[in-house]
Amino acid sequence: MSTIKLTYREAVRAALRHALATDPRVFLMGEDVGGYGGAFAVSLGLLDEFGPERVRNAPLSESGFVGAGIGASLGGMRPIVEVMTINFSLLALDQVVNNAATLRYMSGGQLSVPLVVRMATGGGRQMAAQHEHSLEAWYAHIPGIKALAPATVEDARGMLLAALQEQDPVFIFEHALLYPLEGEIDDEPRAVDIAHAAVRREGSDVTVVTYGGSLGKCLAAAELLEQEHGLAAEVIDLRTLRPLDTDTVLASLAKTHRVVIVDEGWKTGGLAGEISAQIMEQGFDLLDWPVQRVCGVEVPMPYAKHLEEAALPSAERVVAAVREMAF
Amino acid sequence: MADFVMPSLGADMSAGTLAAWLKQPGDAVKRGDIVAVVHTDKADVEVEVFTSGVIERMLVEPGTEVPVGTPLAVILEEGAAAPAAPVAPTPAAAPPAAAPPVAAPFVPGPGVPAEHRLLISPSARQLAHELGLEVDALTGSGPGGRIQRRDVEAAAAEREAAPQEAAAPAPPAPPAAAPPAAAPAAPLTPAAERSAAMRRAIAASMSRSKREIPHFYLAQTIDLSRALAWLGQENLRRPVTERLLHGALLIKAVALALREVPELNATWEGDEVVRRDDVNVGVAIALRGGGLVAPALHHTDELTLEELMHSFRDLVSRARAGSLRSSEMSEPTITVTSLGERGVESVFGVIFPPQVAIVGFGTLVERPWITEGQILPCPVVNASLSADHRVTDGHRASAFLAAVDRLLQEPEEL
Amino acid sequence: MSPPAGKPATRKRAVRPPALDREHAQHLLREMLRVRRFEERAAEQYSLTRIRGFLHLYIGEEAVGVGVMQALTPDDAIVATYREHGQALARGLPAASLMAEMFGKSTGCSRGRGGSMHFFDVSRRFYGGNAIVGGGLPIAVGLALADRLQGRKRVTACFFGDGAVAEGEFHESLNLAALWQLPVLFLCENNEYAMGTSILQELAQPDIHLRAESYGIPAEEVDGMDVVAVEAAARRAAEAVRAGPGPRFLELHTYRFRAHSMADPDLYRKKEEVEHWKERDPIALFEARLRKAKLLTDDELAAVEAEIAAELDQAIAAAEAAPIEPLEDLTKDVYTLPAGAGAAA
Repeated sequence: MSTIKLTYREAVRAALRHALATDPRVFLMGEDVGGYGGAFAVSLGLLDEFGPERVRNAPLSESGFVGAGIGASLGGMRPIVEVMTINFSLLALDQVVNNAATLRYMSGGQLSVPLVVRMATGGGRQMAAQHEHSLEAWYAHIPGIKALAPATVEDARGMLLAALQEQDPVFIFEHALLYPLEGEIDDEPRAVDIAHAAVRREGSDVTVVTYGGSLGKCLAAAELLEQEHGLAAEVIDLRTLRPLDTDTVLASLAKTHRVVIVDEGWKTGGLAGEISAQIMEQGFDLLDWPVQRVCGVEVPMPYAKHLEEAALPSAERVVAAVREMAF
Repeated sequence: MADFVMPSLGADMSAGTLAAWLKQPGDAVKRGDIVAVVHTDKADVEVEVFTSGVIERMLVEPGTEVPVGTPLAVILEEGAAAPAAPVAPTPAAAPPAAAPPVAAPFVPGPGVPAEHRLLISPSARQLAHELGLEVDALTGSGPGGRIQRRDVEAAAAEREAAPQEAAAPAPPAPPAAAPPAAAPAAPLTPAAERSAAMRRAIAASMSRSKREIPHFYLAQTIDLSRALAWLGQENLRRPVTERLLHGALLIKAVALALREVPELNATWEGDEVVRRDDVNVGVAIALRGGGLVAPALHHTDELTLEELMHSFRDLVSRARAGSLRSSEMSEPTITVTSLGERGVESVFGVIFPPQVAIVGFGTLVERPWITEGQILPCPVVNASLSADHRVTDGHRASAFLAAVDRLLQEPEEL
Repeated sequence: MSPPAGKPATRKRAVRPPALDREHAQHLLREMLRVRRFEERAAEQYSLTRIRGFLHLYIGEEAVGVGVMQALTPDDAIVATYREHGQALARGLPAASLMAEMFGKSTGCSRGRGGSMHFFDVSRRFYGGNAIVGGGLPIAVGLALADRLQGRKRVTACFFGDGAVAEGEFHESLNLAALWQLPVLFLCENNEYAMGTSILQELAQPDIHLRAESYGIPAEEVDGMDVVAVEAAARRAAEAVRAGPGPRFLELHTYRFRAHSMADPDLYRKKEEVEHWKERDPIALFEARLRKAKLLTDDELAAVEAEIAAELDQAIAAAEAAPIEPLEDLTKDVYTLPAGAGAAA
């Protein structure tokens, strides 16, 4: 089996190309996905290859084209809707919650909405408060949809292909800082499992749970913990935010008895709180220390670089949180 | 005849007030005609009738509030016979205003005394339980003195390093039926109050036992060299948390011996003895702060030694936590008590009614023993049987102790 | 049309009605009467608390739903609003199924999961039943997009009210449909009120068909109280959509005789206005017209009413007797199981 070197961005593009080429029901729709090649250059070249009907530039009408994606999926297509960022997706939340997530249940099981929506998320590029938030928790809150957070090059490609096999709406959150991430993967595009978290680094002293753009920071933190403090952290990449794979987290906790959750979203009412509650409910007797959370600071994302850095989780903050657990 | 009822005019409407009638008794109405005005929170609404006919009589007076669904008027449907005489409209009784509920006066309960709360992580508590360690005896290195896993592990390691007897490691022997070493001098806490109550109950029970049961006593010194040697080998291949104590062998031997002398596995009910099918050995457990309980290990004769150890540890921790089940308290068929930990060589216990016997074991000691004509040191234990003479005699009782002895000579069969 | 309320006179295109034959005429009348009587019974059931939540009646607007349905084929799709009983009945969803749905029973068209505002029937391409004003328009655009991408020539009919015209989704959807030349038939049921707000207080430009034209979508105004006019306009527009390219828009002037919903005390409309519109009751007008043209006798009408009454009696009885969904099934059909149940197209 041969491998290829790709960036995360190229991996998503590879999945798009594979899907467009092999399934005539698939089409891509979003702002500037056509001639512009995508706001994050994900769809570069696809317009030339597949034409404007299937690589469909949409006007700035998030509610309109997400709803159209829903309608198109009801009509037998497999749309992949690209919303430029999770911040703009708020304009489409009515269609997401009141239609995509509910049509099956509300119709008594008559309808399925096989819609895939991809969007960029996260901060760290000095784009300021209306471009940089992480609102995955709001999507993970909704019954009726699935929410995925690919953090590796393989998952960037494989999760999109897996999402296209689902019958229900799937939301894929691509952290904007991950697009240039390089990796080497199998050259054959294939779907990956989307039901399980992955242990990205093994350890026995503390469990670090994270997803998406924070994975790199947690792995860096694990290195620091080992080199400078002799602590072996086990890093878990959640991969799927809804449904959550708590079994993998609990299995790790059974070894380490201490857990830190690292989540770029705001702490209050966030995903880290949900995971913490599940750990408490299902793994109470495994805990030797209260669950720790390292989250985005409760501020709208500032523009100035030093402020932005302080507002986001970092490897240093993760190390500090681990050390506070009194090893 | 049909009723015209107070309609629901909105999802959250539960009652409405009839504001005005727009028709009179005797008026003919068609389906869809407006016949009344109803006052709701939002507005006055004209309401229509759904049947055609003649209004026979009104049942509710204007100004009355009634629940949705209450009949407001009676309508004689088209084609139905008219009543003989006109009936004067009877005002419907509005639902009687409920007497305002008398609020129970708030009496604050007796203040809960500040107890010393043990700070321990859930995982540490679990580990302590598994290792058979008392959490009260641990000191915590976490914030606020919280006990963590490492503190439990440290305590377990200390216990490991303590001086050993014979070839076996010396984990704590089964606890004994002993009075508390020192009475607490502190003012009575709820725990101490409970303990005093328990003392009184034990006093009553023991007095009754001595009054009613004609006790007689037998004793046997049992050579445990084979048993301990086997135990040593067994425990080499077990992790610390799963090692067997010699007390488990003693309890199992008692349980199996009861199969041979089943009249000792019985209870005295009223004025006759009732043999019991299940062998549930009660184990006497001393409680912190004084007090004694002897809950049952169910089906002791059918448990493996591991299961017995596990159940025993579980009983001890639950006994100390006060969470024993009533079946455990009421169903022992015989009790075993041991003073081994206290270093006393023999104990002759008092039978717990309605049981008919109690077995006692002293401490494990080395004594000179004659083996094949030679005097050699040997680990022995003094086993005693206190038995109810209404139920059995020396002959049968001694068969029991002999069986216990014999069973302990073949520990691998236990 | 409406009494002087400051509303400017609207342009109306002259519509020459097609010749009516007896069979079709009686069909139209029967369909409208069915809707009317169904709604009256629903109101009664609501006041008896057998129907709960919200109930929005189509009384007065029957000509719109019935007239439009004549122009659609079984292959066309329909997206409607929470005031969709008329469209659903005219589309062929059984009265018993709709009544059971409103009673919350498992034999309802949405298994009791949706209630009055969420009727769905995939087999009849009836995609709801939407309670978010304007929320159905993007879905209609999507259904039409799927047809375009799959090369199918069929119409997606999208009903919405004058209130939806103020919502962003209206503009996004019209823009998308016109830009991408999608086969949507936009049907604005202008009953002059968005819940309690009159159209003059709602829209800076109350001539809704002009809005459509500003997106380059050919639009027509129609007298929504005249079922024949509605049918004619709908046929023209549907054929144009079918032939393509691109969407069409009809603004249908109509009026609801009842309040916005059963919970609405209707304080914002003058009695005289309502009475004035009731003089243009589409059913009464059409009935009179048929009698005049000798296309209807008293006996025939009585027979139709009796049939409808019996159908509705039976529907209510069936709804009452029907079971509710077992509680264990509460979490069923949040997701589609892998065995692929659940229709798409």
